[in-house]
Amino acid sequence: MSERIGITVTVNGTRYEREVEPRLLLVQLIREELRLTGTHIGCDTSYCGACTILLDGEPVKSCTMLAVQADGGEVLTVEGLEKDGKLHPLQEAFSEHHGLQCGYCTPGMLMSAYYLLEQNPDPSNAEIRKGIQGNLCRCTGYKNIFAAISDAAAKMQTGS
Amino acid sequence: MYPAPFDYHRANSVDEAIGMLSDIGEGARVMAGGQSLLPVLKMRFDELTDIVDIGRIPDLNQIEENGNGVSIGALTTHSCIAASALAGSVPILLDCASGIADVQVRSRGTIGGSVASGDPSCDWPALLHTLDAEIQCQGPNGTRTLDINGFVEDLYQTALQPSEIITGIRFKRPGAGSGGAYCAFKRCAPAYPTTSVGVQLTITDGQVESARVALGSSGLTPIRAQQAEAELEGQSLGAGQIGRAADAAVAASDPVDDQRGSADFKRQLIAHLTKRAIGIAERRASGEQVVNSHEYY
Ligand SMILES: Cc1cc2nc3c(=O)[nH]c(=O)nc-3n(C[C@H](O)[C@H](O)[C@H](O)COP(=O)(O)OP(=O)(O)OC[C@H]3O[C@@H](n4cnc5c(N)ncnc54)[C@H](O)[C@@H]3O)c2cc1C
Ligand code: FES
Ligand code: FES
Repeated sequence: MSERIGITVTVNGTRYEREVEPRLLLVQLIREELRLTGTHIGCDTSYCGACTILLDGEPVKSCTMLAVQADGGEVLTVEGLEKDGKLHPLQEAFSEHHGLQCGYCTPGMLMSAYYLLEQNPDPSNAEIRKGIQGNLCRCTGYKNIFAAISDAAAKMQTGS
Repeated sequence: MYPAPFDYHRANSVDEAIGMLSDIGEGARVMAGGQSLLPVLKMRFDELTDIVDIGRIPDLNQIEENGNGVSIGALTTHSCIAASALAGSVPILLDCASGIADVQVRSRGTIGGSVASGDPSCDWPALLHTLDAEIQCQGPNGTRTLDINGFVEDLYQTALQPSEIITGIRFKRPGAGSGGAYCAFKRCAPAYPTTSVGVQLTITDGQVESARVALGSSGLTPIRAQQAEAELEGQSLGAGQIGRAADAAVAASDPVDDQRGSADFKRQLIAHLTKRAIGIAERRASGEQVVNSHEYY
C-alpha cells in the first residue's frame, strides 16, 4: 500500500484538507470524497471532456490528473457557477436554447464555455467551436450549444 | 479506472528530482503534466513503483530569448507556448502549440514531456527537427546537450539515461527569409494526428537555400525526410520540385494500418500535407501572414 499524502484544495471557495492515496484521481476526489457530483465522468480516458473543471483558472480534465497534483490549488466546478441562488448566464442560456438533452456533457461544456468567455468575452462562431473542441456531446449536434454560448456572451456584455 | 498503487514524491528542484530518481532506481518515473503518463497508468500499461512529480520545479517553464537564441523550459505548457510572444513571431510554433489536442490537454501538457515520451505521435519532436533543436538534459553525471536528430531512438525510447531529465529545448530563431509551417491532420480535437508534416525553408533570391522536412505520426519515431530536403535545396519552388519533395517525404515514411487510417491513406495524406506545408512555409518566408493549425473533419 502506498503512503497517503496530505493535500489542501479549495473547491468553489471552500477549503478542504484530505489525506489521499497518490493514485486518487482529481475527479474522484471531487465526486467521491467531496460529494460534488455535478462533475461527470464520461469516457474516463481523456477524450470526452465531461470531467472538465477549472484549476487555478485553467480548464483541465479532472480524470487525467491526480488529486495530489491539485494540492494547494483552487478548483471551480459546475456547482460554483451559481451565485446567490442565481444561475450563471451560461446556465440560463443553455436552458433557454435547449443546449442540452441528456445533460451528460453539460457540466464540462459549461466549464469550457466559462473559460472561453473569461478569455474572450465576444467570441466568433469559429472561436466558440475551438473553445469547446475538447467537449463531446452525443445528443444535441452542438448547434444549440453554440447558440447558447453566443447568447450568454452577448447578455454578459450588456450586463442584462 | 485507477492506476495501480505507487508512491508519490514532489521534487522542488532539478537536483532533488535527479536524487530521488537515482535513489529509487528502476521503478521511478518522472511526471510533468501527466497527459501522456496518466492515460498509460490508468490502462496499466506501465508498472512503476514511484512517481517523481517535477511539475512544480520553479523556473523550468520560462521562454527566454538571447540574441537569436531561444530556449524553452521543459515544463512550458502547450498553451503557454501558444500564447507567447515567441509563437507570435515564429508561426510554426503557433501552428503546433495551438493544435495539440484540446484546450484542457494544452493547459497541462508540456513540451519536455512531449519530447521525453518518445511517442512518434507527439507533435513537438517532429516539429523540433525543422528548427535543428537541441535538448538540454541533466542527470547524475551533470548536464549535456543532445541533438534532436536521433534523440527519439525507437518507439517510446529516447537517448535519456536513467535518472536523467530534460530541462529545456534550445534552437536558433529562424532569420529573415525563413518561413515554416506545421500541418497535421487528425480525426477530432482530442486525438493524436493521423500524420503530420513540418517544413522550414530559407529562401534567398527565389532559391531555397536550406530546407527541413520532418514527419510525425508516420513511423516508429519522428522522421527527418532528408531526400525531400535535397529535392528542395538549391531550387526555385515550382510544382515539379514540390511534387518530388512530397514523393520523397512519402518514401521516407513508414506508416502502419491502425484505427487512425490505413497505411495507404496515411501516405496520401503525407504527400498532401507536405505540399501544403511547403506552400505555407514559402508564403511565410516572403513575409506573408498565414493562419494554419491542425485540421480535422
Ligand atoms: C486526449 C489527448 C490528446 C492528445 N493529443 C495530442 C496531440 O494531438 N499531439 C501531441 O503532441 N500530443 C498530444 N497529447 C499528449 C500531450 O501533448 C502531452 O502533454 C505530452 O505528450 C506529454 O507532456 P506531459 O507534460 O503531459 O508529460 P507526462 O505525461 O508527465 O510525461 C510523459 C513521459 O515523459 C516523461 N517526462 C516528462 N517530462 C520529462 C522531463 N522533463 N524529463 C524527462 N522525462 C520526462 C515521463 O516520465 C513520461 O514517460 C494528447 C494527450 C491527450 C490526453
Ligand atoms: S471523463 Fe475525463 S475526459 Fe472523459
Ligand atoms: S446533452 Fe447528452 S451528451 Fe450532450
